[in-house]
Amino acid sequence: MNLKKIKEKAIYVFFFLTGILAVIILLGIFLMLLINGLQAFKDVKLLDFFFGTVWNPSAYGESSYGILSMVVSTFMVTLGAMMIAVPLGIGTAAYIAEIANQRVGDVLRSIIGILAGIPSVVIGFIGIVLVGPFIAKVFNLSSGLNALNGSILLAVMSLPTIISISEGAIRKIPKDFKIASYALGANRWTTLIRVTIPAAFSGIIVSIMLGIGRAIGETMTVLMATGNAPAMPHSFFDSVSTMTATIAIEMGEVPYGTTHYYALFAVGAVLFIVSLGVNLIAELVTAKYQGRRT
Amino acid sequence: MNKLSSLIKIKVLILLFVIIFTGCARKGVNGTFIQIKGSDTEVNLVQRLAEEFMKEHQVYIAVTGGGSGTGIASLINKQTDIANSSRAMKDEEINLAKDNDVNPIAIVVALDGLALIVHESLPVKSLTLDEIGKIYRGEINNWEEVGGSDLEISMYGRQSNSGTYIYFRDNVLKGDYSPKVRRMNGTSQILEAVRRDKAGIGYVGIGYIIDDQGDVKSGINSLKIAEDENSPAISPLEPENVVSGLYSIVRPLYQYTDGLPEGNLLIFILFELSDRGQEIVVMEGYYPVSSAYMEMNEKLGIKGNEFEKN
Repeated sequence: MNLKKIKEKAIYVFFFLTGILAVIILLGIFLMLLINGLQAFKDVKLLDFFFGTVWNPSAYGESSYGILSMVVSTFMVTLGAMMIAVPLGIGTAAYIAEIANQRVGDVLRSIIGILAGIPSVVIGFIGIVLVGPFIAKVFNLSSGLNALNGSILLAVMSLPTIISISEGAIRKIPKDFKIASYALGANRWTTLIRVTIPAAFSGIIVSIMLGIGRAIGETMTVLMATGNAPAMPHSFFDSVSTMTATIAIEMGEVPYGTTHYYALFAVGAVLFIVSLGVNLIAELVTAKYQGRRT
Repeated sequence: MNKLSSLIKIKVLILLFVIIFTGCARKGVNGTFIQIKGSDTEVNLVQRLAEEFMKEHQVYIAVTGGGSGTGIASLINKQTDIANSSRAMKDEEINLAKDNDVNPIAIVVALDGLALIVHESLPVKSLTLDEIGKIYRGEINNWEEVGGSDLEISMYGRQSNSGTYIYFRDNVLKGDYSPKVRRMNGTSQILEAVRRDKAGIGYVGIGYIIDDQGDVKSGINSLKIAEDENSPAISPLEPENVVSGLYSIVRPLYQYTDGLPEGNLLIFILFELSDRGQEIVVMEGYYPVSSAYMEMNEKLGIKGNEFEKN
């Protein structure tokens, strides 16, 4: 009896610790980014950092640390990826959940699982040798290493997330909804578009938000495929350099303790806050819609 | 029994750690272990030189890359015997070293020529240094302005942590890169990108554009470079142009040591500068140290022809 109690207590403590561990790690990472990042502002003005368009820490003349171009680049590539991945992802999810028969659905699901497992460096490689030349040919550009290339690749990478979570959400809609819709004379298409998908909206939004999170944080693929030009992009055909790519390239050899070093941490902190924001929106949407339905 | 064997295992592990860590520690210039770190441009070349050297000498040499900056940082932190660097140390780095009681000595072991390459369909065959600078600074945007057709120039270069990036910026651009220059991950990526881009221009080590038969690789052209409008355009494909200094974009490849090299360290560096060492340099696609740099080395008391005496 006593032994059982101790065992139970031990299990309780163990799970409490694992639960708390994630919080500690998260806080630790954030604090580290913040403490290091803030030191950059000893030399860089806050306004210049957030609204400067020139990022050139190892300059010939005077260094500049403006992150606006790479923030715009990151959002542009992510937005493009979502414009491709959201309609495709929701369509696929609806097909698997509602239309496909059991066997086709299972096959599709496992294939999408495999898609999720492709290493990002392989996708980046495909971007260089396949997607890039294709874009260059179709749009008659001299080079296909641009934001569009990154968007297409990131769309492929965030599809598995969007599909699997959306599909789960659509599957969870109670049968009653559909039966009621059919009873009112709606056909299968109308039911899917007007009843099932709107009912699963909160889940779909969450899937999109997680897809965005995946796309914003992706490094290797964009580093390889977007051309890495730190200029402010004007269209999807311009080469861009995202926040992640800049950190990945420059962190390796930046001298410890310099303004450049701290500025990279500051960029990391911005990235962290952005992904935190995206996750928070997902949470809020879930909370709001769940609140309304009950 | 089981406990005993696990005890032995732990002891063996500890022993291994001790061996590894004492192995990593610098044994000083007279040790039989030499650690070399730094430039990715030099890593293969120095590796080949070290292999040849180790065949005849009881010395173990470990060569790793990581970039010129990494090598220099290691030298400053006394974690390497030699730092390979494809650029000269900056003043601040030298000061940092002096603060750390390290006295960096520069030795030139080979020369590396940078070729400017363009897509094979481009009609432009030569440029002046000034034009190249203007293109990469973003002041010339269209091939029309330098005798080509109406095509927007698309520029390729290395990433900012590369010694080549710094060398090209300080010696050819003499200013900042245009933000439109695409920063590529490595020399072969620049080559691949220019091969695919009919408006592309890029800078790469000459060794990279020549195939096994000694011809320029397919899909690209190597530009002839003129010092200014009145000088002749010089091709980097003739080795004597590079060695004589007629071709302008040539950089020394350095090895930095802490204080003047002694013992095995000195013997290895003398081997690199000896006729046999320089033959390997040529075989690997680089150029032998020119007489001007040889003189610079000799001023330090390092004479390649003294290798045989050791």
